[in-house]
Amino acid sequence: MTDAALTRTTPARKVRYGSMTADREWALRWSYVFLVIFAAFSLLPPLYMFITSLKTSAEISAATNPWWVFNPTLSNYVALLTEPQFLIFFRNSAVVSVLVVIITMLISIPAAFALSRMRFWGSATLATGVFLTYLVPDTLLFIPLFKMFATFHEWTGIQLLNRWWVLLIVYPTLTVPFCTWIMIGYFASIPKELDEAAIIDGASWVQVLTRIFIPVALPGIIAATIFAFTVSWAQFLYPLAFTTSVDQLVLPVGIITTLIKGDVFNWGQIMTGALLGALPPLIIYAFLMDYYIAGLTAGATKG
Amino acid sequence: MADAVLTHPARPRAPAAKPSALMRFLKRKSTVAFLMALPLILLIAVLVIYPAFYAIYLSSLRKSMASVAWMRNCSWLPDAICTRIPFGNIQFLFTRETFWMVVWQSCLFAITAVIFKALLGFIVAHFVHNIPDKGQRKWRGMLLIPWVIPPAMSTLAWLWLFDPSYSAFNYTLSFFGIGPIPWTGNANWARFSVILVNIWVGAPFFMIMYLAALKSVPDQLYEAAAIDGANWWQRIWYITLPMMRNIIAITALFSTIVTFANFDIVRVLTAGGPIDKTHLFATWAFKIGIEGSDIPLGASVSLFMVPILMVAAIFILRDINQRGNEA
Repeated sequence: MTDAALTRTTPARKVRYGSMTADREWALRWSYVFLVIFAAFSLLPPLYMFITSLKTSAEISAATNPWWVFNPTLSNYVALLTEPQFLIFFRNSAVVSVLVVIITMLISIPAAFALSRMRFWGSATLATGVFLTYLVPDTLLFIPLFKMFATFHEWTGIQLLNRWWVLLIVYPTLTVPFCTWIMIGYFASIPKELDEAAIIDGASWVQVLTRIFIPVALPGIIAATIFAFTVSWAQFLYPLAFTTSVDQLVLPVGIITTLIKGDVFNWGQIMTGALLGALPPLIIYAFLMDYYIAGLTAGATKG
Repeated sequence: MADAVLTHPARPRAPAAKPSALMRFLKRKSTVAFLMALPLILLIAVLVIYPAFYAIYLSSLRKSMASVAWMRNCSWLPDAICTRIPFGNIQFLFTRETFWMVVWQSCLFAITAVIFKALLGFIVAHFVHNIPDKGQRKWRGMLLIPWVIPPAMSTLAWLWLFDPSYSAFNYTLSFFGIGPIPWTGNANWARFSVILVNIWVGAPFFMIMYLAALKSVPDQLYEAAAIDGANWWQRIWYITLPMMRNIIAITALFSTIVTFANFDIVRVLTAGGPIDKTHLFATWAFKIGIEGSDIPLGASVSLFMVPILMVAAIFILRDINQRGNEA
């Protein structure tokens, strides 16, 4: 293409060519400048969390430069990691997230397979419905769900509210629709010949799913797993509304409700807790960034 | 075609060992498919659709307290009738100043935040796209971090950055002679802070989506434009934007839904204060419904999100169906 441009504007060739590379170079330089600014903006809060987590309470309340640690200490980490309460939050969060991932996969993989490959009455409508439920926000449902669980307790005597496992019931409403939706996309991209051949060879539908679709669509399943895990780890509204006892809380709610005592903000511990609470999603992201991004963009670009 | 293959070998055997009608029904493809999708259907029906309609029912109730009977101007009626007048909560909300403030704040919050997230995402995506491919992964990885951290946790860091007495922001600004800013204390500053945090959390999502869209624009178009002497603005206006129109629209609509229904950020940063000046529908509904345990009124508040969510959902669905037809 440059050749064509060059031959057409032969007289001014040198000037134009030179200005173009210069333009590019400037564009590149400015890109880096702005990227550094934006990256600083993005990383400022997590960095500040880290800086504060290394400070003692005395240093935080002394009016020294807040951007620098003068006496770094790990005492906040030690204090939190030896506190049974915090470990309970951590355990609750981990158990809930892992179980929700398993439940989500058990529900959404067969459903996505059925919706993408085996047409049945109403399957097209259901696929659209799954997508629509993904658009229903948690903030719309928490009050009726709260009332439903209270009524359920009145009828059956089974208490759901203020039990950590109530989250196992409500989190799938957030994770399953999206996971099903992106799995439908991944399954639809598998060539039909593959499962037809298997069916001819006498495989059952379940075997087609477990022997062909799950292995082939593994990247999609990993992306969906990451999504389900991060959503359940970060969910804040449902645990805040449905659990109150200290031993039933998950990490984000636990940090906010127990470390903030009245007007006393122990910022060193709060920041340490926030950083530890942010760590599992960050670690997953660091190692599986490509799957994470694939899952993120799949929702809107697939389908 | 697969059906024919499936049933064909079974037919000669049929007279010998006749499978029962139930077995045949269970082996049919559509039955298997339905059973596979059944957990999903149950989940959606019981935990999404039912609560959604239950919320409408709840909003028509009234908290059974005599002191709130004046709300619907029917305290002169017998209680049995007064408690059953539907939608009294909504009537009541319309007379409350706070309600209209929440409507206005939610719209301001959602519109401003989405516009700035989209702009910032678009700009940053361009810068990332500009630099050599080798470095892109690293930058993209760094810039997406705000999206990865649980919002409740990162908002805590912002709360600490905004702290009035020991805050890092006010400390830094004091060197420039800018007096202490009441980040979360003053109504307008608090609104600004809440929107700023929302932009910080949400812009990376736009960046990633736009970056994916930018990559799908064929280079030949830009080359052709360069030959025709288009400047950078014309290239964006006549090539980039039309090519990315779909992704821009769908990302903005998605984000509108999420932003409009936002809870975490406002809850942690200001808890609605000062004097309800930063409440959104979600946080106000939480305050009334769960903390104030007036479930009917809380349900009514949260239902006011539905119209805007529905408009966005309809546009998204139309867009997705269109693309489905094109493909």
